[in-house]
Amino acid sequence: MTAVITVENLSKRYLLGHRASDNTPAGDVSLRDAITRTARNAARKTGDLMKGREVVHGDQIEEFWALTDVNFEVKEGEVLGLIGRNGAGKSTLLKVLSRITEPTKGRVTLRGRVASLLEVGTGFHPELSGRENIFLNGAILGMSRVDIRKKFDEIVAFSEVEKFLDTPVKRYSSGMYVRLAFAVAAHMEPEILIVDEVLAVGDAAFQAKCMGKMSSVASENRTVLFVSHNMGAIKTLTTRSLLLQGGRITADADSETVIEKYLLTTLDARAKALKAKNLESFRRGRNYDNPPASIVEINIASSNNDPDTLPEVELGSDFTVEICLDVESAILAGDLCVVLMNSQGERVTTLVASDKVQGLSLRPGENVVKLSVKDLFLAPGRYFADVSLDPMIDGKSCDAIFDYPLLTVVNHGQVTHALNRPWGSVYSKDARWSVSEKVEKIAAVGT
Amino acid sequence: MTDVVIIEHGRHERNYWSDIWRYRELFYVLAWRDVAVRYKQTIIGASWALIRPFLTMVVFTMVFSRIAKLPSDAAIPYPLMVFVGTLAWTFFSTGLTDASNSMIGNSNLISKIYFPRLIVPTAAVVVAFADFLIAFGLLLGMMVWYQFLPSWHVLFLPVFVVAGIAATIGPSLWVTALNVKYRDFRIIVPFIVQLGLYVSPVGFSSSIVPEKWRLLYSLNPVVGVIDGFRWSLLGSDIYLPGLAVSFAVIAAFMWLGVHQFRATEKSFADLI
Repeated sequence: MTAVITVENLSKRYLLGHRASDNTPAGDVSLRDAITRTARNAARKTGDLMKGREVVHGDQIEEFWALTDVNFEVKEGEVLGLIGRNGAGKSTLLKVLSRITEPTKGRVTLRGRVASLLEVGTGFHPELSGRENIFLNGAILGMSRVDIRKKFDEIVAFSEVEKFLDTPVKRYSSGMYVRLAFAVAAHMEPEILIVDEVLAVGDAAFQAKCMGKMSSVASENRTVLFVSHNMGAIKTLTTRSLLLQGGRITADADSETVIEKYLLTTLDARAKALKAKNLESFRRGRNYDNPPASIVEINIASSNNDPDTLPEVELGSDFTVEICLDVESAILAGDLCVVLMNSQGERVTTLVASDKVQGLSLRPGENVVKLSVKDLFLAPGRYFADVSLDPMIDGKSCDAIFDYPLLTVVNHGQVTHALNRPWGSVYSKDARWSVSEKVEKIAAVGT
Repeated sequence: MTDVVIIEHGRHERNYWSDIWRYRELFYVLAWRDVAVRYKQTIIGASWALIRPFLTMVVFTMVFSRIAKLPSDAAIPYPLMVFVGTLAWTFFSTGLTDASNSMIGNSNLISKIYFPRLIVPTAAVVVAFADFLIAFGLLLGMMVWYQFLPSWHVLFLPVFVVAGIAATIGPSLWVTALNVKYRDFRIIVPFIVQLGLYVSPVGFSSSIVPEKWRLLYSLNPVVGVIDGFRWSLLGSDIYLPGLAVSFAVIAAFMWLGVHQFRATEKSFADLI
């Protein structure tokens, strides 16, 4: 099979400008300093402008390589996953492949029509009706009017917004908006499809529908490059994945191996986050600039809190998760949701506070929420958590932490016989075995 | 396999212009979107395209004809002469203003989807042209009112319409490309538009400019367009050397605009 996407030695550089006074807190000492600095910068910028070089604001210029020497190939009909932490260069890579931005070095060869879906509903205009936006968005995604007209009914049926087709989309609920947008995107028929995290929208039922659509695209022998933070989705849709770290590809293998490797990289991030008392690297963009509350620390109670080692829990024992929240203004009915995942990124269980209590009452300042988990016996291995803090505002949580390494379950000889086998995620503490003679069930009639 | 695309640094798209042709649907759709949206949620809708040039004409006729007592060309009613000037000027200024902001207004598209970026400012100029056509209807009405019949010169009107479009697109592309990088142009453009109204022969006839300055005056590309409009529609005099200079400046701006635009286009997504 031929390679549909070939990426060779791809690098992308950005120039960042810094203000000198960022380093000296006092800033400019005198007006004269400020004037000389401004004059110098203006002279440099004008010089750059004359020479046709890129003009960067600031006093010092730093180079930042968002991608360094990236090489890979994607074969026809292959679905390739792209995994990496925030700032690893995933978005930059997708932008280069979609021809939105130019690489600094290297070369990409694409064989076939490319459609990229970096966002759902790109170019939707709030003043236009749903019907008009289907045509607008379709054209933006590269469909011709004839194509759109042919698929119009299908798109409308998929989006489930028939009744509101002639209503301006600014009056749509956010769910309807997203459904319509995805419906248009799902009906493109490119040879190469580049998708970025679009499944993280809509309600569960719609997400399932999107996943179904995505796997049908994959089965039509089209080539898909799929970026997601959702390890479950990566696992279901892709067979092979790439791991990006700091702009380089550090793993190119089957998805299971790469997911495991990715989750291991979060251990370093955890150590850094704990030392800096800042979980920023586990967020995926803030939903709000000033959230009413945010998560500042996640730990296992009674562990020694060493940032470099994951808290250990003995096989078969209960454990308590402590979540430290920084609350801006009092919240009467807060809610926390903890999703536990194993080292393959598979969900083990979901624990929601409002299932058990009437909502958490949080006071301004630091609050510690304790979640004691009883009778859930995890198999030996590492476990990761997604923690989200509600109240939901406009359908978004006020804070959410993803793929946070939570604990490791250790087997100090409680079980000895199953050490060399893949275990799964659950350990049954009280499984009972018995043997008895098989009683033949012979029909009693007629003997 | 159908088409092969190679992405490399500094690679000039060999098929740039055919790409624009391939994306023509997007061009129509963007232009249509802007036209459709322009007067949404306004009470009097497209009448705005009539009211603005009309009021400008009324005020300019008062100021330049009644108060300053400037002469009109030949036997042309002053309001008619001013309205033709306003028409051309409004098209140029709206096109330039809208185009220069179009990239920033469509930044969500630029940063998420590939298409030849040239489409965006050009579509903005098309929208300004739609306003021009509406206002042109009013001009026809005024000509009926003044019982003014254009001569055979009117056959040349399309030439000057094309010149007007070119005169708008050239500087628009140039300013748009610069505006993405240097937002200084957001401040400069309204200023140019404000001053240009008085520098261009909108409220008066260019024949009142002293003969020795006329060539210099024609360096303003809008001068050629307005004079051409007045000559073809109203039959006023035309100063041919000046027209040639204006057309040369239009061509130069067109080249500069396309050149500058294409040179910076690839980095738009990083800069916006």
